Amino acid sequence: MNKLSFRSMKGRKALSPFLNYAIVIAAFLAVQLALKMDMVSNSMQSLLVPVCCYVVMAISLNLTVGVLGELSLGHGGFMSLGAFSGIIVSVALKNLVPLSPLRLAISLAVGALFGAAGGVIIGVPVLRLRGDYLAIVTLAFGEIIKNVMQVLYIGVDEHGLHMSTKEAGLLLSETGTAIVKGPMGAVGVTKLATFTAGFLLILLTLLIVQNLVHSRAGRAIQALRDNRIAAESVGISPTKYKLIAFVISAALAGAAGALYGLNYSSTLASKFDFNTSILILVFVVLGGLGSIRGSIVAATVLTILPELLRNFDVKEYRMLIYAVILIVVMLVTNNPTLWSWIARFQRRKAEEKGGAEQ
Amino acid sequence: MTFLSHIITGLSLGSIYAIIALGYTMVYGIAKMLNFAHGDVIMVGAYVCFFAVTSYQLPAILAVPLAMVVCTILGIVIERLAYKPLRQAPSLAVLITAIGVSYFLQNSAQILWSASPKSFPSLFTVGGNKSLGLFGGQLQISYTAMATVLACIVIMLGLTWFTGNTKMGKAMRACSEDKAAAQLMGINVNFTISMTFAIGSALAAVAGVLMCSAYSYLLPTTGSLPGIKAFTAAVFGGIGSIPGAFLGGVLLGLIETFTKAYISTDLSDAVVFAVLIVVLLVKPAGLLGRYVPEKV
Repeated sequence: MNKLSFRSMKGRKALSPFLNYAIVIAAFLAVQLALKMDMVSNSMQSLLVPVCCYVVMAISLNLTVGVLGELSLGHGGFMSLGAFSGIIVSVALKNLVPLSPLRLAISLAVGALFGAAGGVIIGVPVLRLRGDYLAIVTLAFGEIIKNVMQVLYIGVDEHGLHMSTKEAGLLLSETGTAIVKGPMGAVGVTKLATFTAGFLLILLTLLIVQNLVHSRAGRAIQALRDNRIAAESVGISPTKYKLIAFVISAALAGAAGALYGLNYSSTLASKFDFNTSILILVFVVLGGLGSIRGSIVAATVLTILPELLRNFDVKEYRMLIYAVILIVVMLVTNNPTLWSWIARFQRRKAEEKGGAEQ
Repeated sequence: MTFLSHIITGLSLGSIYAIIALGYTMVYGIAKMLNFAHGDVIMVGAYVCFFAVTSYQLPAILAVPLAMVVCTILGIVIERLAYKPLRQAPSLAVLITAIGVSYFLQNSAQILWSASPKSFPSLFTVGGNKSLGLFGGQLQISYTAMATVLACIVIMLGLTWFTGNTKMGKAMRACSEDKAAAQLMGINVNFTISMTFAIGSALAAVAGVLMCSAYSYLLPTTGSLPGIKAFTAAVFGGIGSIPGAFLGGVLLGLIETFTKAYISTDLSDAVVFAVLIVVLLVKPAGLLGRYVPEKV
């Protein structure tokens, strides 16, 4: 796992970042139009916010895996941190900030902050490790977060936040409410998340990630990915740049988590487990490492796909089909015969073109 | 006395982790891939043994080898169909394929054998007793625990001997050092990798049977969490090292049991993983792993 290899970035024009904004805006307008015309089924409507969350998750993980080149198996952990901190803030500020979009924005910001804090805590010691060891520590981190959230009880009353490992230990006053109830997760959450908020979060994510990738820091990060030793020898600090990418990625995951948590009236800590981290990694790898557009498309399609399969009469085989698609796509896209065939085809085309010009 | 019984529980849990971790470490050492489907092969092994014992009334002495054979074949088939075409592919692609295989096995099991839990019979009994009483019955040692620890030690010693002394074992070590050089020396690399998968899967079957007879509980998702923990155990001990996997597994089992007994039942996973992180920070290559300095 030490060497992740990357397909050449050839052919990616400078126009590419703007195309991503255009795609997202066009998709948003199309969905809004479809909603107005009543063409979206209820089950699809309930997927709109999760799709936005997963798109943000995929883009942010792509920053770690695709751009930084470090495998992370604990992205769900940051999502969990963001989700629970966002939920707690939104409940705690219920009376203070009555305006729900503002409360949502504050919750997302706090979620991002907690995600970033998690990123720093895990990133500083861990980014010294390489390859699989980094992967296993991020996996362990995700499991720890899940486990701790399943034990914690958090409540709020007029004296402030209360935290305990037992429900009776919360010591809330009569007007207080318990927000997170250990294994039962967060309950009684007001759903604040909207599709528009998700859309804005995606745009913000694109703005941050694309500008980072095309900046001086972004080039340093990619240099570290391509050859750490060479990059170090020209004076790029691996710890600094790795940490920049890792923390930004964690912060975005936190914001996405907060949006996700505020989309449901109750959230379980077990929702953000190893399988969620893997699911997002699948989006990133299927979409193409380092390709932001690929992440957007893969996250959208793969979130909707199981729902679409539900419409056909294949309910039991849904996940089986998903697994088979996953394996087949990996086998086909990594088939050297196929690629050499495509390359030969392209060469022939180019020769024909060259011949016509002469 | 409770302390002793915790040690025994910890050792038997740790031995299960160690057997799974040995399979992980063998495959990782040679194919350099994280075989996330390993945990689900455990589940398949346990199901095969379960049906052999309950539906076909086979004795345990036949059911366990049957499970091993089925898992060995399954391991080879998975390797041929899913991993072999990706030998030259980037490792992330192989990882995702392994995850796909893992989902595939879990969901096939769910469709074939339903998602409802099965209660696994106790396979290891002597004269109708499930456990041996020591000190006038104060200390109960289950025969399953004894069999688990014994099996683990035998497997560890066997594998050490196998990789050190047999032709196949030497070929495996050569492949894990340098595949291209091994090929130049006339070693059939593809065959060696297939054999590694076969051995790893057979070990997974043993682990599955032992685990399910210790906890008498079987689900299509039974294998995934022990799989992840055994993987941690393999990393803990130094991935690629056989004694390391053994040590890592046993330590992990002991830590988990003692956390459950003396700190908190709910936080045992968190403590296990926290210990792992601390160990990796102090010894980045694991307890017995070899630190390979980088050549520039």
